[in-house]
Amino acid sequence: MQLTFNKKRPAPAATLAGLARGEHGILEAFDLPEDLARRLMELGLLPGVEVRAARGAPGGDPRVYHVDGASIALRRETADRVRLRRP
Amino acid sequence: MENCSSCPAATPTAPPKARRRRVAIIGPPNSGKSTLFNRLTGLRQKVANYPGVTVEQRVGQTRLRGRQAVDLLDLPGIYSLEPRSEDEQVTRDVLTGQMPGMPKPDALILILDATSLTRHLALAAPVLHLGLPTLVALNMADELRRRGGEMDTAALAGELGAPVTLISAAHGEGLETVREFLSGAVAVPAPVELPVLQDVPKCRAWAARVSNGAYHAPAPPEWSRRLDEIFLHPLAGPLIFALVVVAVFQSIFSGAVPLMNGVEALVSRSGAWLGTRLPDTAWTALLVEGVWGGVGSVVVFLPQILLLFLFIGILEDSGYLARAALIVDRTMARFGLQGKSFIPLLSAYACAVPAILATRTIEDKRDRMATILIAPLMTCSARLPVYTLVIAAFLPERPLLGPFLGTRAAAMLGLYVLGFLAALATARILKSSILRSRGTSFLMELPSYRWPTLRSLGLRLLDRARVFLRRAGTVILAVAIVLWILAHVPLENGRPAPIERSVAGTIGRTVEPLIAPLGFNWKIGIGLITSLAAREVIVGTLGTIYGMEAEAQSAGLQSALRKDLTPAGAVALLIFFAFAMQCLSTLAVVRRETGGWKWPLLQFGYMTALAYLGALVAHRVALVWM
Repeated sequence: MQLTFNKKRPAPAATLAGLARGEHGILEAFDLPEDLARRLMELGLLPGVEVRAARGAPGGDPRVYHVDGASIALRRETADRVRLRRP
Repeated sequence: MENCSSCPAATPTAPPKARRRRVAIIGPPNSGKSTLFNRLTGLRQKVANYPGVTVEQRVGQTRLRGRQAVDLLDLPGIYSLEPRSEDEQVTRDVLTGQMPGMPKPDALILILDATSLTRHLALAAPVLHLGLPTLVALNMADELRRRGGEMDTAALAGELGAPVTLISAAHGEGLETVREFLSGAVAVPAPVELPVLQDVPKCRAWAARVSNGAYHAPAPPEWSRRLDEIFLHPLAGPLIFALVVVAVFQSIFSGAVPLMNGVEALVSRSGAWLGTRLPDTAWTALLVEGVWGGVGSVVVFLPQILLLFLFIGILEDSGYLARAALIVDRTMARFGLQGKSFIPLLSAYACAVPAILATRTIEDKRDRMATILIAPLMTCSARLPVYTLVIAAFLPERPLLGPFLGTRAAAMLGLYVLGFLAALATARILKSSILRSRGTSFLMELPSYRWPTLRSLGLRLLDRARVFLRRAGTVILAVAIVLWILAHVPLENGRPAPIERSVAGTIGRTVEPLIAPLGFNWKIGIGLITSLAAREVIVGTLGTIYGMEAEAQSAGLQSALRKDLTPAGAVALLIFFAFAMQCLSTLAVVRRETGGWKWPLLQFGYMTALAYLGALVAHRVALVWM
């Protein structure tokens, strides 16, 4: 869990990995290589869509995300680099 | 029979008889392409590879009314036509007629998941742009209705300029329209100008606009999500996973026994009957002992192998296998692999050949290569006959955990675990040396849970039975005949010599010094040599060797084996078979998939070394213990 201990640094960007189970967010952008970002978009993870975090493997990694009625599993290292729109 | 009076375009312009119509089925992964393909072709299909690449090519035939036949092509699942992966390149080449030796298809069936249309429809624009007559088949109509979704096919057809139909490939709903399309008799709406779209968001925006009036998306798959709450529960999930694995193994080893006894009785009775009916000549002996005995002792294992394929089929078709891949991903990552390696590795419990073909879903080349190299260490069904025979001969059946686990099933489970651990250790070594890679990604779509249909499971089993019996009828039959002849020549005084002095016996005694440290004698040696073709051949070989000894024949294979092998030797034999690469089919498919002899030879070398050393150590340890 990413908590802001140091107020001087800018708050860390909200990412898919930061969502708690059952929480949802609006996807904004990818900090990922282009081909990987494209694969995610083809699976339905597009900027602007609502993504909800669900259960995952024991230990929470990889985790399932619900988008448009589909269930997509991602490892944390990938979900960490999918930014969400700030509320 | 469907009524075709409503399609007037059917007859006037019958195509010239020069060649059959070819129709390709394309669509995203999990849209039901293969279900539709199987539904239409039944058993009239064959699987091959496209030339030069590792992509599987499935071609089948379907017969329409009026005995018109159409060739169907099941193309790899794709999300777009951008040629980035091998699958997409192949699909594109086939559709544009650039695949060597493969004419451009006459028409296309684009199959999309009706419950995920907003995502899947994006593929329609580039596909319709190809300009081929295309039927857009929206699959899973039953689930769309159940979840309250709606689809106006006529409106969508107008927007796309192509015929649209709702089907349920699994239940055979709406296939009349598909058949009409195959015969070239479906009315095509007025063509429309489609935009050329490059990036995914634009494709999606187009799909959303086009389907806007025609499509009402269904509610999320509540049942699937509720089931995931259980199957992916932090405690219940792994527990259910373990229970599923144990239940599968226990039922394979206990449940199959009555069936196997039945087949065994059938083989031995029919062999005996044949022996009494035919004149007493050398040919009869060859037929009864060599062919019937050799092939029969392998055919006995058909029920067990089919049961294993049945379970894998149920797990895969129901959607649970994808969840299992998710559960084990972290564990696999520790060994340098990923969750997607789990599905090929589980299939390798049935057979390494389909497993190696299934590695195509792993995008990362190094992960894929590592999975191919370790797949034959998983306990495939060809090892079952050997394990069953040796365990039954040396280990008395006693309950261990009440009715749930007996000693024999436990021993079998132990061998499965051993193969699995060896595979993981090897993966670890490979991935930290010659196949080292930077962090790999794991993306997977989890399909909704579905009831597996009897039809699809039945097709799988029929297909596997065919493959197994064909092997028994070719490789195993040939080895059985050659072996029987080698075991009967040269003649002494016009009669076959005792097997020790035959050609086969001489070969066996030549290799005996090499395998004596493992606790094997020359008879086992002959079996090891013949099993280089396929593992289960050793059972038939021993059947043939003992078939020559009247005393052993009546006592049965198990007690005959007890005379030839010490318990320590039996342990060594099991370990040898757990690790050895004795399968020509696997070596051939690895060569084809990796494009050369380098990897299959490396695989053969390391596995043989592992088998020899493992058996040597096991024999020493067992001698001390027993």
